[in-house]
Amino acid sequence: MNLTLKIWRQKDSKTKGNFETYQINDISPDCSFLEMLDQLNEKLISEQKDPVAFSRGDCGVSFDHDCREGICGMCGMFINGRAHGPDLGVTTCQLHMRKFKDGDTIVVEPWRAKPFPIIKDLVVDRTAFDKIIQAGGYVSVNTGGVPDANAIPVPKNRADEAMDAAACIGCGACVATCKNASAMLFVAAKVSQLALLPQGAVEAKERAIKMVRKMDELGFGNCTNTGACEVECPKEVSISHIARLNREFFLSVLSS
Amino acid sequence: MTKINSKIPNGPVSEKWLNYKAGCKLVNPSNKRKLDIIVVGTGLAGASAAASLSELGYKVKAFCYQDSPRRAHSIAAQGGINAAKNYQNDGDSVYRLFYDTVKGGDYRAREANVYRLAEVSNNIIDQCVAQGVPFARDYGGLLDNRSFGGAQVSRTFYARGQTGQQLLLGAYSALSRQVALGGVELFTRRDMLDVVLVDGKARGIIVRNLKTGEIEKHSAHAVVLATGGYGNVFYLSTNAMGSNISPAWQAYKKGAFFGNPCFTQIHPTCIPVHGTYQSKLTLMSESLRNDGRIWVPKNMEAVEKIRKKEINAQDIPEEERDYYLERRYPAFGNLVPRDVASRAAKERCDAGYGVNQEGLAVYLDFKDAINRLGKDVVEARYGNLFQMYEKIVDENPYQTPMMIYPAVHYTMGGVWVDYELMTSIPGLYCLGEANFSDHGANRLGASALMQGLADGYFVLPYTIGNYLASEIHTPRFKTDMPEFEKAAQDVNNRINTLMEIKGTQTVDSLHKKLGHIMWEYCGMARNEEGLKLGIKKIQDLKAEFWKDVKIPETTDIFNQELEKANRVADFIELGELMMRDALNRKESCGGHFREESQTEDGEAKRNDADFAYVAAWEYKGENAEPELHKEDLKFEVVELVTRNYK
Ligand SMILES: Cc1cc2nc3c(=O)[nH]c(=O)nc-3n(C[C@H](O)[C@H](O)[C@H](O)COP(=O)(O)OP(=O)(O)OC[C@H]3O[C@@H](n4cnc5c(N)ncnc54)[C@H](O)[C@@H]3O)c2cc1C
Ligand code: FES
Repeated sequence: MNLTLKIWRQKDSKTKGNFETYQINDISPDCSFLEMLDQLNEKLISEQKDPVAFSRGDCGVSFDHDCREGICGMCGMFINGRAHGPDLGVTTCQLHMRKFKDGDTIVVEPWRAKPFPIIKDLVVDRTAFDKIIQAGGYVSVNTGGVPDANAIPVPKNRADEAMDAAACIGCGACVATCKNASAMLFVAAKVSQLALLPQGAVEAKERAIKMVRKMDELGFGNCTNTGACEVECPKEVSISHIARLNREFFLSVLSS
Repeated sequence: MTKINSKIPNGPVSEKWLNYKAGCKLVNPSNKRKLDIIVVGTGLAGASAAASLSELGYKVKAFCYQDSPRRAHSIAAQGGINAAKNYQNDGDSVYRLFYDTVKGGDYRAREANVYRLAEVSNNIIDQCVAQGVPFARDYGGLLDNRSFGGAQVSRTFYARGQTGQQLLLGAYSALSRQVALGGVELFTRRDMLDVVLVDGKARGIIVRNLKTGEIEKHSAHAVVLATGGYGNVFYLSTNAMGSNISPAWQAYKKGAFFGNPCFTQIHPTCIPVHGTYQSKLTLMSESLRNDGRIWVPKNMEAVEKIRKKEINAQDIPEEERDYYLERRYPAFGNLVPRDVASRAAKERCDAGYGVNQEGLAVYLDFKDAINRLGKDVVEARYGNLFQMYEKIVDENPYQTPMMIYPAVHYTMGGVWVDYELMTSIPGLYCLGEANFSDHGANRLGASALMQGLADGYFVLPYTIGNYLASEIHTPRFKTDMPEFEKAAQDVNNRINTLMEIKGTQTVDSLHKKLGHIMWEYCGMARNEEGLKLGIKKIQDLKAEFWKDVKIPETTDIFNQELEKANRVADFIELGELMMRDALNRKESCGGHFREESQTEDGEAKRNDADFAYVAAWEYKGENAEPELHKEDLKFEVVELVTRNYK
């Protein structure tokens, strides 16, 4: 396949960025989107004449990635206006070139959301997500001194639903997609997972309020129920978890 | 005189850990606050250690190269975690898990360590459930189990095909809680580039801030490395792109011994290689072998027709299929350990029966399972794996059998540690996949997650106290000591040297060359001639790298090519050590298959008389040969027999 790529280039958080256009040929439809970018980078770096006096356009494109199998949540970019590209239920690293057509022009941008400042090119800073978890995304137990794992049975359907929520990989697609840059789906996934399990239920209300407050404080927007996050979530985490979060949140507000 | 002291406690194997805990020194809570511990790595081993140490009161600094601790490669583990709970009432026990692990490791692991691992396995499951890990449950609400290779009981706990993710998020949540409480300080996007020794003890590390390029110095009373495995020395592996050897390699160069570097695990069920642009290999969980059957056609004509796409796998009748694992190993069938399954696949493909264009693939077929259990049950068990396969290969595994081939997956070798998980450098510890300790020459499925969490939650928090108890009078260190300055200068010098090369080859292209050499001469089958040639080729590659690598941009910014170059430089040196180790070990055991040492029917032949030892290598300088120390393995409980899965 031969493709035209329009890629966002930005030196660092302080410098203004811009789109650069590249032509790349002979791409196999069986390779992944990131492997396509690898090939572009190999080409750019090999052809680069002066490795120091470069312009943003001719050095390799920086992007985050690690596991390349859709689970670490490190990769993520806007491809043709959609988080993780046109395929549903996959991360960018799992997107394959067979989803595009020969001759296509593909526009590639970083996540754009105020709480995720751009570090370079397609790389953004998502430490805000860690801060939300630190605000309460856990069960307060220390190592040791816990009951036997089978001491408290958990109905299978609840355990399964908790697992559905726990599938979140923290990639940030929900935030990047949301017109309000809300992190509600991310927060809801954690709150819901733990609220569904007896081990987590003890602190459920408190947890909801702490995490939502932290989210607000970090500059994420409000949820206006557009549902865009659910559509773009590579792990297909359902917005029904947001309803559960709201329930816990209001119960908490009422009781405090 | 041997320089090895493994510090194995006295007493019968089942009482060693008890005895150790009863006798080890403790640090009182008010002193713990005055002691700093650096933990490099936030995977299962590092995150669980950092959280547990902070809960005890130590001041912890945790480092990882990703943007968040939650992204460590433990996240990618699919299949499950073992424990000796015997919830299935199928005859499991601590002893049996211990026995299976020693046997599975082909008798090259330390009995005492493995017994302790089996003992604490049950606590791990309790701990994870208490954290809210959503393990799979049956209809009565109790925990469900599945079987894994190398075992005849069902002792594997799992959370769909995302067990590693769920366990890591559990450990990450415990870690996050400690961050909020102020006991752990997090340093993300940091690459550890050196370990600092003061008076022979580990006292700190040098890292590069990957965001700003700044070289930072950090000090502590003890340093813990939990930096994962080194499978990426082969370029293509199931590891994450950033997985690397560098922290362990720097420790080695500063005096920590490196144990059994050649013990690599080649996992039998991965998606086959499909193009030169390929950047990594995807594992299909071992759990699939519970219900999937592995085969190739019996007849060459069928193989040829398949390759020409004239017929499909489904068209081949039952009697013309060679279920070669069931044929060769009737007792364990498709559930033989990984090394055995991988070699059997290679044997069939070498004989010409491989079923893809390249002739490097076999079938993993779910037809019988779907007929027996129904599609729904198969989907509930493996749905996400099937989906992952379909996304990559563009074929529906419910209809056509999967195509799989062995791939580099795990490294049993690693930094040598004693019973306390301390390396040969005082105050430097090593946990998880990065150490060599518990899996001998072959790791059983679902045992790495167990080991990582055992090390971090339940072993290190005890053993590190035994060392730190004598450090309570050592005040906090400043990083302006000459040792720190020198280490930082060395790191800067190396980076500048790399940048100055301005050669013509990209880092990835050199890494690929390394991978080819490793796979060719130190892969699934090794021999003396090949290894000698391999060592020569690696030495040449090292020279080529330092003459011709091309790293664009500058050092004071986010520079991914520089990150990779640092790693590949270390991988090249490691590759040579792996070959030396493989050359030295003139026996076949576990994942290490020496062609000169096999039985008539092609099974691996171990040599206990000459090789029942851990090879611990000591660095002797840039151009000197490393020195081999032998830690003899004593088997007091398990009798050494030839592994037999027939
Ligand atoms: C695809 C796959 C599936 C698997 N499935 C299973 C399974 O089902 N069951 C099982 O038991 N095992 C499984 N394993 C093996 C198991 O997942 C690993 O062995 C284990 O998780 C390793 O954990 P760890 O904590 O030692 O290291 P990792 O999780 O790899 O963590 C390494 C940490 O070190 C940090 N680090 C590394 N280098 C540096 C550096 N230079 N500077 C700073 N930080 C650094 C990283 O940031 C990371 O935080 C699987 C492995 C793979 C690859
Ligand atoms: S690289 Fe890990 S999810 Fe894409």
